[in-house]
Parts: sequence; structure tokens; C-alpha cells
Amino acid sequence: MHELGIVFYIIRDVKQAAEQNGVEHVSAVVMNIGEVSTIVPEYLTDCWRWAADKEEMLKGCELKILTVPAITHCDSCGEQYPTVKFGKKCPHCGSDKTWLLQGNEVEIKEIEVT
Amino acid sequence: MDKVKVIEIKKSVFADNDRDADSLRSELKSKGVYLLNLMSSPGSGKTTTLIRTINLLKDKLRIAVMEADIDSDVDAVKIKEATGIQSIQLHTGGMCHLDAEMTRQGLDNVMLEGVDLVILENVGNLVCPAEFDTGAVRNAMILSVPEGDDKPLKYPLMFSVCDLVIINKMDVLPYFNFDLEKCKEYVKMRNPRARVIPICALNGEGVEAFADWLLEEVTNWKQ
Repeated sequence: MHELGIVFYIIRDVKQAAEQNGVEHVSAVVMNIGEVSTIVPEYLTDCWRWAADKEEMLKGCELKILTVPAITHCDSCGEQYPTVKFGKKCPHCGSDKTWLLQGNEVEIKEIEVT
Repeated sequence: MDKVKVIEIKKSVFADNDRDADSLRSELKSKGVYLLNLMSSPGSGKTTTLIRTINLLKDKLRIAVMEADIDSDVDAVKIKEATGIQSIQLHTGGMCHLDAEMTRQGLDNVMLEGVDLVILENVGNLVCPAEFDTGAVRNAMILSVPEGDDKPLKYPLMFSVCDLVIINKMDVLPYFNFDLEKCKEYVKMRNPRARVIPICALNGEGVEAFADWLLEEVTNWKQ
């Protein structure tokens, strides 16, 4: 439900990067979105279409989403495991002294210009 | 077809906000002002809780409140009438949360001279406000009994960013299938350091514990 707000941040950062690089039109924006980032990719692309087309520099610009798998590290046994499947508890040793290694990214990876 | 040129950016969408929030926090530190970001679902009793708490603390601390809503100023007016303290309304312009920049703009409209504590009542929502650091010293949230004891499982991020979880409407506990111990356990799963305080804002029960927590927090921050 906060995807529209996120889209406004992306637009601001992309416009800034484009201006710094002397770019007049951006054809695609590539995002790294973590599996447990709380972003729903379909909502993000829907909101993007609505908001980006209101910007001259981003008319027709495509939002490409790359999913970053969520991986948790266990401090007790040193193993790593997929977060979505097992949550906070390590499936190798049962410890809950675990932390998210990757998977909460909401990151602009790159922009494509023609 | 034209050749596509790729410009690498590799920047978190939250990076600017995190930086703004850190700089706001250090500014507040130098001014000796403590900012609390209070979050919850709509209707959990944030405003009633605040009125009770402010009335307990207003002789000990100078307090101001910023109410953030998508529209209307009913909460700001209610707080001002019931406590007499400085209370301003922020409109988020349709946004579901406040970020650090919006918080700063709000603070520009508060007379901070001599103020010890500013309480930001964030937009009623358990998802978006958790994503954005407002620049507050601490995050707190109110969960009310009718919402259910499983909310920490459903909204993990909200509960992992909060240092304090207030459980409100304890007076209606007998009518709901709400297990307080289970709820505390779920909160600890998300954030082992989180403090849980059960209250009833309507009759004031437990509110003193929240007021004491705030007083201690503000005193430590100003040292």
C-alpha cells in the first residue's frame, strides 16, 4: 500500500541521476527489490506507470524489477538459509540468533537511456 | 534500434531519508529536544492515550504534539482543548506516512524554545510509517486489544522498529480472544529489546508506566 510513496522517491532519485548525467529521457529503470522488502512488485509497476507518465523525462519509461532472494545467517551454527521458507528460526540448529543477510533491498540498480 | 546506454546508480531508495533523519536527530540532540514517533492502526486510541499521558507529564516537561493525518485537524484540536499544550496538524498530502523531511517541515512550525518533548502522532497505518525513519529518538506503537494478538506476526517490520509497544483497551480483554502473554512473546520475536506496557487509556490504568518511561527517556536524552 505504500508503493506509490516509494515510486515518488524513485522518480526523484532517477531525475537527479539523469540530470547529473546530462540525460533528457530515461527508457528504463532497473530496481533491485528484496523478497522481504514489503514491496509488492505488481503494485510498484502499476504505481510507476501512473506516476512516471506524468514526468516528461520518464514518459513510457519501463520499470524493470530484479528480485533479490532473502537469505538469513545463523550466528549459532554459521549456516545460511532461505528466509521466506524458514523465518527467524535456523532450520540447521534451531537457534533464533539469526539476522537477515540480504533481501530487504529497495534499490535503484541502474537506468537505461537511448 | 538505438543503442541502449546503462548508467549505474546502485542507491537505496531510503538512503536520502536515512541521512536526513540522522541529521535531524543530531540537531534535536543539540537543542535538547526529544522527538517520539508514535504509530498505530487507525482507531487504536493514540489521541486518547496522548491526552492522558500529557496531563500526567505537563508539570514536569514542556510538551508539544504534531498530528499527522491525510486530512482534517480534529486530533490537533482535541489535544489542544484537552491539555492546553501546543498542538499542530500536519497534512501528508495523501501520503500514507511521514518522512524525515516532512517531519522537519512540521517542526519548523512548532515553537521549540524551551520544549523538552515533541510527540509525533504518525498516520494511522502499520505498514508504511515503519519504512521511513522520521528522525525521532525512539519509535513507539499502540496496539489495541480488538486488533488481535497476532499483529506482530502480520506486521513484522513495524514491531521490529519499535522500542516500546503499548497495548491499549485492556478493559475489553474479557470480550476478545486476545492472549496478552502470547502477544508479548510475538513482540519479543520481532524485537527482543522492546518494552511492552498494557494500558487502558479510557480509565487511565497503566498510563503512568508510559509517562514514567517517557520522562526517563527525555531525561537521558537531555544529558
